Formats: sequence, C-alpha cells, structure tokens
Amino acid sequence: MRRLFFVLSLLFLSHTAFSATLAEYSFETPQQDDDFRAIIEEMRCLVCQNESLAGSNAELAVDLRNEIYDMMQAGQGKDEIIDFMVARYGDFVLYSPPVKPSTYPLWFGPILLFIIGAVVLLTILRKKNRSREAELSTEEQQRLDNLLKQSTDSRNADQ
Amino acid sequence: MNRYLRYSIPLIIFVVIALFLGWGLRQDYDPKHIPSPLIGKSIPTFSLPSLEQAETVISDKDLLGNVYLLNVWATWCVSCRAEHETLVQLARTGKVDIIGLNWKDERDKAEVWLRQLGNPYSVNIFDKKGRTAIDLGVYGAPETFLVDSQGIIRYKHAGPVTMQLVNDTILPIVEQLKSKG
Repeated sequence: MRRLFFVLSLLFLSHTAFSATLAEYSFETPQQDDDFRAIIEEMRCLVCQNESLAGSNAELAVDLRNEIYDMMQAGQGKDEIIDFMVARYGDFVLYSPPVKPSTYPLWFGPILLFIIGAVVLLTILRKKNRSREAELSTEEQQRLDNLLKQSTDSRNADQ
Repeated sequence: MNRYLRYSIPLIIFVVIALFLGWGLRQDYDPKHIPSPLIGKSIPTFSLPSLEQAETVISDKDLLGNVYLLNVWATWCVSCRAEHETLVQLARTGKVDIIGLNWKDERDKAEVWLRQLGNPYSVNIFDKKGRTAIDLGVYGAPETFLVDSQGIIRYKHAGPVTMQLVNDTILPIVEQLKSKG
C-alpha cells in the first residue's frame, strides 16, 4: 500500500513538473492562455510523431511553441497560426486532418463501411426470413396440420 | 453456385487483407515520411550570416539563377556525419552546387567539422536560432532540398543522402532543371 502511494505521488509530481514547462508562457488574459494551450495540444510534434507540441520536450517543439507564443503576442489569431504551421509542415502537423479529397476515405470510410455492413446484414436477414416462409409447401403444411390435429385428438382422448 | 460463393468468402477476405498488408510493406514506403507542402513553392526569404564569415550576410536572392542543393546539417546530428562523405563526393563531380544550412549549431564546432571531414558546400548559411529552418519546414537534420534557378523548391529528401539517391533521383532532376534553363 505504501509503495502504491509512493508510485502515485511520483505520478502526480511528474505531472506538476511537466506543467511547469508551460508556465514560462504567460498571457494577459486567461482566454489567450486557453487558446495557446488548445493550439499546441492540437499540433503534432514532428520529431516524436506521437506527441503533441504541448507534450513534447524535443528542441524543435520548444522552438515551435516559442514561435506560436510570439505570434499570439503579436496579436495573430488561431487560424493564422494554423495556416502558418500547415504552410511549413503540411496537414501532418494537425492532429485532426482537414476534410478534403485526399482525406475523404479517412472521414467517410467508416460511414461507408457501416452502410455496407448494414446492407449485407439486412439482405442476409431478409433472405433467412423468406426461406423460412417458403420452407413448407402446401402439401407439407397440410400434413403438418393433420399431424398436429391427430396429436391433440389423441391427447384429448387420453384425458 | 451459392455454396461456392459462401465458401470463398474467407478466401476473399484473406486476399483483401493480404493486399492491404502487402501494400503497407512495399519497399519504397516510409511510414515516417512527411510530404513537404513547400514543393513547387519559393524558398522562404531569409537574411542570415555566412558560417565562414560572420559579417557576410546571405539572402535568398543571392542564391537565384542557379540550380542547387540546400542541405540542412549540424554537428550534433549523427546522420549528417553519415551522409557527409556522399556530399563530398557529389561536390567533387561538380554536377550541382551544394549550399549548407547549418542548423542550431555552434560556429567553431561547425568549422572544425568542415576542416576535418572536407567541405562540400560552396557556401554555408548559419541559422543559429533555427528560424529559417522552421520556414523550410525542417523537422530533423539532415534534410536536403533541390532548388531550381528561379528559387522554387523542386524536391525534398528527409534523412541522409546516399549515392543511390543521388544517382537515381537527385541528378536526373538536376539535369532536367538545368536543360530547362
């Protein structure tokens, strides 16, 4: 238990240590601060491709954070900053890719697969239903009715 | 007929998955490759000191009128050392100019490097802060850009340049750009 507590406290400590790296960026309004954090959370660090600019300690990530900070201090908006980054590093820098022809498979592929799956499922189910209805011909149905009638008759007779 | 179709479904699924996986394993595929949005665009404007002479300022305009390779390098970059010999050999052929962009480096270390390993660069731009490298979309050294005489970026390679890349890809584009004038 004590060990667990120790590990947990380490985790929390590391989190405060990590937050401290962003504390060097101060803004006049909390709104700007939020915007800054939102932007760097949305951007991919290009050196370690699975980290955001906010989370990475790579030197390039630090430089890019500084660049974005300077742009915000100069009064530039989120769209301008995103355009700046995309013009240099391409869409790859964005964690959420823009909707355009080359990303259509990405955005609409899942919906398409869902529709295909639904259509396949419905046709299979419908076919099953139809084949069940068509299972007995009229003579067979006749025979079944007779058999059922016989069994109820004999049961009635037993009582 | 219907029965054959039913039994062939797993086979069809297998083939489709195998095709996708095979496509992902193809030889020239690099999952870490990031396509540069700068291809077909002008190199960014800059005005930076030269590595060799701190007082000399080089700007993008000085490089116009010539097809050249712009090689981003640094002494702290291990792969740059690996590709250096290739660059030296390429420079010796005289087929294309190589301009260096010394990225976030220290002047004296870079000078020692060039003295010891040979200097393939006709000139070196000293980008201490890495601001021009950001404009070039550089995310890791070495990176090499092929720029035409109008200053338009025609090709980019991230990672060390090899002799194979030079002969198969870079030099053919250089020939093409030079013959166009």
